[in-house]
Amino acid sequence: MAQPTDTPLRTQEEITARVKALEAMLIEKGIMTTEAIDRLAEIYENEVGPQLGAQVVARAWTDPEFKERLLADASAACAEMGIGGLQGEEMVVVENTDTVHNAIVCTLCSCYPWPVLGLPPNWYKAPAYRSRIVREPRKVLAEDFGFPIPDEVEVRIWDSSSELRYWVLPQRPAGTEDLGAFELAALVTRDSMIGVGPVGTP
Amino acid sequence: MNGVFDLGGTDGMGKVQTVENEPVFRAEWEKAAFAMFSNCFRAGFFGVDAFRHSIEQMEPADYLLSNYYEHWVHVVESRGSAKGVIDLAELEQRTKFYLDNPDAPLPRREDPELLAFVDAVVKSGAPANRPTDKIARFKVGDRVTISADSPRGHTRRARYIRGRTGEITGAHGAAIYPDSAGNDGPEAPEHLYTVRFTAEELWGPETAEPNNTVYFDVWEPYLTLAS
Repeated sequence: MAQPTDTPLRTQEEITARVKALEAMLIEKGIMTTEAIDRLAEIYENEVGPQLGAQVVARAWTDPEFKERLLADASAACAEMGIGGLQGEEMVVVENTDTVHNAIVCTLCSCYPWPVLGLPPNWYKAPAYRSRIVREPRKVLAEDFGFPIPDEVEVRIWDSSSELRYWVLPQRPAGTEDLGAFELAALVTRDSMIGVGPVGTP
Repeated sequence: MNGVFDLGGTDGMGKVQTVENEPVFRAEWEKAAFAMFSNCFRAGFFGVDAFRHSIEQMEPADYLLSNYYEHWVHVVESRGSAKGVIDLAELEQRTKFYLDNPDAPLPRREDPELLAFVDAVVKSGAPANRPTDKIARFKVGDRVTISADSPRGHTRRARYIRGRTGEITGAHGAAIYPDSAGNDGPEAPEHLYTVRFTAEELWGPETAEPNNTVYFDVWEPYLTLAS
């Protein structure tokens, strides 16, 4: 189906040339280097991503005292595990329970907790999700993500309008009592920490 | 400012288009555009609030139709030009050159200090909370109404919460005030709160989904105590 925002403004060739030209000027002005680009890409492609958030969730599931600290001050608790930094200076973890389901959005731009989830997927930054998740979250979760939330469970949407960075502590799935933190972390999906998808099953 | 970027509650934007195993960067140019944010922040082009406001000032149709990182490129062009660092006519010329010669190399420069900056800023970030001696005027549990004013410049008062009433669920101390810093003013820290709204309050009883709440962070000047 055609989308209202399907037709790109510029071709990839045009964007590529324009960014390269801008890059060349910033390099000559002493503002940028190609090594800095490569380093940043390396960090967010290979070092900082949802595998870090998954480790935090798995620890919270297996260590009640850590979970308490995480819900009280997420940045401090994550720092214990060496996790934190840019776009997660003040993180807030919101907990899913039998009666509450949480999901995050940034309706005004694209704020997202980089240190635990990495850079956001494109759908998170695009108009469809940002416009609709605050107005018809049950419909979006059920129809767009195939993840219906029962009516008796309250849906809480966290619109990240300040520098606080919200993310979701999903519920530990049943039947995982025998798993250790390492196996549990493998079940934790990026979408479950955004609040738009389930945790995996063992 | 009232603009298309303020998307909360807008209808007609279509289905959410998820992509399985989407790469972090879908093209080489996205890496460069991404790196421009921190590199140009270091060079004094913008703070994060002014960065956002520059995106908000894109042509509305461009904003909706362009690739996400093109928004970032727009900021670097616009703020770089305003600072006298980027000459837009030269940028056009050099774009034409790279269109005709896509394999032409980039200039070379080494800068170990920039690399050290990159690693340091990713690790430590740039916190926005600030000490203040202002006494907080509100507390958790207060019912507050968001100002219905429509500022011309940068604000985080999204349209869908203006004039709406909710309950404060969090008080976070003071933080940089976007309505000042985003308009190239001083940091002017103000107390920051989280407010919980019911869907009925935001959208009205006819279209609100059941059992749904929205939490939104607001700065103290947006608020008055609800009666």
